[in-house]
Amino acid sequence: MTSTDQTRFPAGGVSTPPAGHRPAGRPSSRRAETRRKWYEIVGLTTPAIVVYVMFVLVPMGFAVYYSLYRWRGVGPPTDYVGLRNYTLAFQDPIFLDALRNNAIIVFGSLLIQGPVALGIALLLNRRFRGRAVFRLLVFVPYVLAEVTVGIMWKLILVENGTFDALLKSLGLGGLVQAWLADLDVVIWTLLFVLTWKYVGFAIILLLAGLSNVPHELTEAAAIDGASWWQTQRHVTLPLLGPTIRIWAFLSMIGSLQVFDVIWVTSVPAVRSLGASGTMATYMVDNGFFARLWGYGNAVAVILFVISFVAALLFQRFILRRDIEGAITRRAN
Amino acid sequence: MATNPVLSPSTGRRPATWGTPLTYALALAIAAVSIAPILYVIIGGFRTTPQIVADPGGLPDPWVWDNYARVLSRSNFWQQAFNSGVIALGTTLGVVVLGMAAAFVLARYTFRGREALYTFFTVGLLFPAGAAILPLYLMLRDLSLINSYYAVILPQVAFQLPLTIVILRPFLSAIPRELEDAAAIDGAGRLGFLWRIALPLSRPALVTVGVLAFVASWNAFLLPLLVLGDVNLHTLPLGVQSFSSQYSTDTAGVLAFTSLAMLPALLFFTLAEKQIVGGLQGAVKG
Repeated sequence: MTSTDQTRFPAGGVSTPPAGHRPAGRPSSRRAETRRKWYEIVGLTTPAIVVYVMFVLVPMGFAVYYSLYRWRGVGPPTDYVGLRNYTLAFQDPIFLDALRNNAIIVFGSLLIQGPVALGIALLLNRRFRGRAVFRLLVFVPYVLAEVTVGIMWKLILVENGTFDALLKSLGLGGLVQAWLADLDVVIWTLLFVLTWKYVGFAIILLLAGLSNVPHELTEAAAIDGASWWQTQRHVTLPLLGPTIRIWAFLSMIGSLQVFDVIWVTSVPAVRSLGASGTMATYMVDNGFFARLWGYGNAVAVILFVISFVAALLFQRFILRRDIEGAITRRAN
Repeated sequence: MATNPVLSPSTGRRPATWGTPLTYALALAIAAVSIAPILYVIIGGFRTTPQIVADPGGLPDPWVWDNYARVLSRSNFWQQAFNSGVIALGTTLGVVVLGMAAAFVLARYTFRGREALYTFFTVGLLFPAGAAILPLYLMLRDLSLINSYYAVILPQVAFQLPLTIVILRPFLSAIPRELEDAAAIDGAGRLGFLWRIALPLSRPALVTVGVLAFVASWNAFLLPLLVLGDVNLHTLPLGVQSFSSQYSTDTAGVLAFTSLAMLPALLFFTLAEKQIVGGLQGAVKG
């Protein structure tokens, strides 16, 4: 980071005027130069600040305000109900189901994607011909739009569809389920689709982490007689800690807000029974489509608070060392 | 870790060898799981719906082009691709311009409150974007921006700014001060330095943030779903969704439409794979 005050340039020896258009040697030029610097700072940052404040921060403030009213979205809100929308949400079994579904997705993603991605990343980190192609293929699902992925799996998982045919041809016909219609199965099906979609992201991050592990360390371990597995377990894995923690953080935040895949893949009837909905789909169903704007905004605030608190806790207790390290390393 | 840069060059010289059969077997299985569903959709588009119903897992027999031709000629595919393109390009441009300007100040100016401003932007990374969608809709409605490209572009720019600034700032900080001094001696002010030196030098980083913004916008669903009620403004993700529910009995048509919608993303990915992967990795590495 630049530590010297840039307005003081040019300092020692050089007698050329400050980097401006008008050469000015009088004492007032210093103040003019400072003023110019501030004009530049304000001029360059204002557009970004305005857009950021207006479309990221301000809406959340409005959500808190709207959430205190019963309001159908027409005219200004007048029917003040205090915190009633919040208590209503926590009394609605469908919302509680949504919370449970979010929890399943958060922990399911961490527990399934983590080990799976780690295994694949370790495999694709071995040196072999054609590795680059495999790395590319594994990452393709992540680049597809969530909607495309949702429609795709919906078509594959349809009853008596391709997936069922595949299972039967493998002699696993007994496993066939109503993947997207069975109320007890659908959330696990969705978890599978989400895993398919996002595991590539975890792999790509872990491969980046692995490329930072010096070859000499693993070679030294091998010379000392460690097997490949022992090397991975005792040398590589500990060095991957920061990468794994940052991935877990991003995965958690994404899982708490997940909307697209759920919305597209599971039909509204199943969602409305609480079998597959998440906080985000519940919010959009109630707020936008049922026009319960006050209530929907209360759900938005709940979703926001849960995500933000989770993010802060994760940041505070798990990520802090990593991020400090990253910033200082990068800046030097 | 500190010895890493010194030691790592040796890894580059190691020749790639053939892996064990087990390695290939596992890698092939993983690749199959990633790719098979996508191939199924693309190939399924060449079958007829009766063929698919009779034998869901079969190959086209005969191959029919009709589904693809029908989707391209009769549906709103081209209109939606155009809308997606305009919105994604607008978002990319906005993110790059606003992000570059702000990151430049945060990297090359010294002033009171600079770190506070940086933190202010980075907090956006913790911000759950999806949570604010309802009030965002209400605000855009009050601004009469609903059913316009801006209703999608402006919020997308805003939500992409934190990541962009986090990626660009260290890049701009790393430009040697000597270059800035030399530019000043040649009579260029700080803005001249920004335009003539910092901008060209940071092209790789700008491409990265641009590509990330483009992909995020191209794939976006929730925001367009709420703010683009007008069918003529629908983007491809909205198009895929509505086509699949409108023609749910026409399985072959839905498969064709879905694979056509995938195609630009797949093409774009093969072209910009390095930027996407490198950008994501770089952003997380800090």
